[in-house]
Amino acid sequence: MSDTAATHNESGAGHADHGDHNYINWEKGLWSWWMSIDHKRIALMYLGSMLVFFFIGGALALGVRLHLFAPAEKLLSNDAYNIAFTLHGVIMIFLFIVPGLPATLGNFLLPLMIGAKDVAFPRLNRLSYWLYVLGALVAVGAIAQGLDTGWTFYAPYSIQNAGAVLCATTAAFILGFASILTGVNFLVTIHTMRAPGMTWDRLPLMVWTTYATAILQVIATPVIGITLLLLFMENQFGVGVFNPELGGDPVLFQHMFWFYSHPVVYIMILPAMGVVSEIIPVFSRKPIFGYRALVYASVGIAAISFLVWGHHMFVAGMSDVARYIFSFLTFFVAVPTAVKVFNWVSTMYRGSVTFDSPMLYAMAFVFLFLIAGTTGVHLATLATDAHYHDTYFVVAHFHYTIQGGAVIGLVGGLHYWFPLMFGKMYNEKVAKFGWLLLFIGFNMTFLPQFVLGMEGMPRRYATYPAEFAPMHQLSTIFAFVNGIAYALVFGNLGWAAVFGKKAEKNPYNSLSIEWTVEQMPPVHDNWSEIPVVTDWMYGYGQPEDAHAQH
Amino acid sequence: MGHEQLPPGHFSYFEPEQAYHASKLGCWIFLATEVHLFGGIFAIFAVYRARYLEMFNASAHLLDWRMGLINTVFLLTSSYCMVRGVDAAQKGLNDKVTKWLNLTILFGCFFFVVKYFEYAAKFAHEPPIYPSTNIFFGLYFTMTGIHAVHVLVGVGLLLWLRALAQKKRYSPVYYTPVEMVGLYWHLVDVVWIFLFPILYLLPGIEAFGNAPH
Repeated sequence: MSDTAATHNESGAGHADHGDHNYINWEKGLWSWWMSIDHKRIALMYLGSMLVFFFIGGALALGVRLHLFAPAEKLLSNDAYNIAFTLHGVIMIFLFIVPGLPATLGNFLLPLMIGAKDVAFPRLNRLSYWLYVLGALVAVGAIAQGLDTGWTFYAPYSIQNAGAVLCATTAAFILGFASILTGVNFLVTIHTMRAPGMTWDRLPLMVWTTYATAILQVIATPVIGITLLLLFMENQFGVGVFNPELGGDPVLFQHMFWFYSHPVVYIMILPAMGVVSEIIPVFSRKPIFGYRALVYASVGIAAISFLVWGHHMFVAGMSDVARYIFSFLTFFVAVPTAVKVFNWVSTMYRGSVTFDSPMLYAMAFVFLFLIAGTTGVHLATLATDAHYHDTYFVVAHFHYTIQGGAVIGLVGGLHYWFPLMFGKMYNEKVAKFGWLLLFIGFNMTFLPQFVLGMEGMPRRYATYPAEFAPMHQLSTIFAFVNGIAYALVFGNLGWAAVFGKKAEKNPYNSLSIEWTVEQMPPVHDNWSEIPVVTDWMYGYGQPEDAHAQH
Repeated sequence: MGHEQLPPGHFSYFEPEQAYHASKLGCWIFLATEVHLFGGIFAIFAVYRARYLEMFNASAHLLDWRMGLINTVFLLTSSYCMVRGVDAAQKGLNDKVTKWLNLTILFGCFFFVVKYFEYAAKFAHEPPIYPSTNIFFGLYFTMTGIHAVHVLVGVGLLLWLRALAQKKRYSPVYYTPVEMVGLYWHLVDVVWIFLFPILYLLPGIEAFGNAPH
């Protein structure tokens, strides 16, 4: 019997001989990919498309940083600078990190982790991807027209720059639809397709965070939908809702916008937390510490995230009472987040930790997210936020959560599940070196931005006084290190996907169910026989307990 | 119950029973997102109504409540026909499904006829009323417009259901699409049930409440 927490029907009938066929090569041609309803293929298509936009958005960021290298020297005109940072934001947010982990790792792993052959609605899943591609094409229209509102489309400026904003909001609306359909699909999948024995308290933590994320996608996204629709109406017909000249209230736009866009940062970060929760016990050879606490923390973060949007608007003219309440509620996010951090650290405590590249990413996540979270407290505090608001402090905080959190989580997850996804192994030395470069490059890009923010450098400015130059230069230099690191890391993975040596089965000795597929990479319908789950997934380091009742 | 009773390609990893429950759950979650979509604009309406109460009341008097009422009746009747259509589908009576869906579609189309006259009357009004006239009408046209788009999508779905009924696809084990579209059609109906009083009737109700006794 296998060491994992799932058993398979050994009657023989189930074990079809697939030869060399797997989900990647069993049908050939681009058309078979485009029309595929296989969750694994859809995940890979999402991943490929998203990475293209990731590198475009990254190149734009480097352009912005290069422009800011010197206070006076003008690489870009002021207008071009506005367009560059707007497109960096729009591309990274809407085309990369919002679909982000759920559409890639979530799509690939969710059915495997609950012992299903696919998601509940495979064709709806494909429709999500098609809508993503359509949304991306429409977004290109906005890019071509020089969108320069910032990624937040704040009214009333967004009413004045009609053409590009129309394209961008339409694109965001379509992408939102894709996101909602993914959320609906995942919720139904988790509710209806769990394998026998996969009870709610055995569910892998990655599935739990995907579940919490799906709830956020489903609840929050329609609100940005209606908001963007109203902005569309504002541009086309002058309905006046967000236009102060017609009696409308631009701050109302901010309320509606952040009601979605605050929860959406948890759509980005929650699945990354799931990835970390999966990686840490495997490389610590210890059961996850506080499984239930981690589950409640995931759901708790999702719930609290709906009550804190006002902290984006502390200086936008809210009443004091509203500001006190939003500030108070925002502090509460720190509680479940801290629970997670403590549990991860406790899992590592006295474990036999090995530092393979996935573990390095998971540990980097914990470290960077700790900085992100604690600087978030500065911004949630009214007195300090009055100073930090709209400075580089916010920029740095945001990038610590999203790049240091979500992207690092994605990259770590890709390393960890790479053998499962491609059946190949990447070069571990290059992976480790890439990680080190990324860690240094990232921190040295954004730590100076905290300092800049504290000194009062406002964000989104194309020029700055000379006294800020050293920190800006430091940030710019290491932004390029950061960029090179990503090229190296993804180059390593991309090379391995094609030329890598064959991976051994379950190379990290994970007990989790997704590694029990009959071959790596899996066949197109995952299992010839649905597995029966006999225990939870985290019984590491105690062989005699591995199959005991949890 | 076996897979062979399902149209090919449908839910190949599910038993029909399970497929039905999965679809229903998915449909309800999707309807929840619709509630949030409309909820957002209802919230905005509430904010501006509180801020510009007099302007909202004065503007609402320019709406023709009779047309709103007629459309309410049309939508409710169409919902009744939909229910009968679902019932017929559950019994596998494909001819009856076609009949009731025809009526549902017909009342849906009546809704658009009234809507056309209603909008046309606004544009022909002196002075003309457009979405840019004021925030009330901006919201009026947006809300009823989004709702009308939903009715239009519903009619499209009903035509698809009707085509399946003519191919005799429904049976006591497979009637999922009829029921799901039915749920959607009722939701669109329910949204109108909220839109009608809020847009057309609120000023009248308030005037009634404030009248001297």
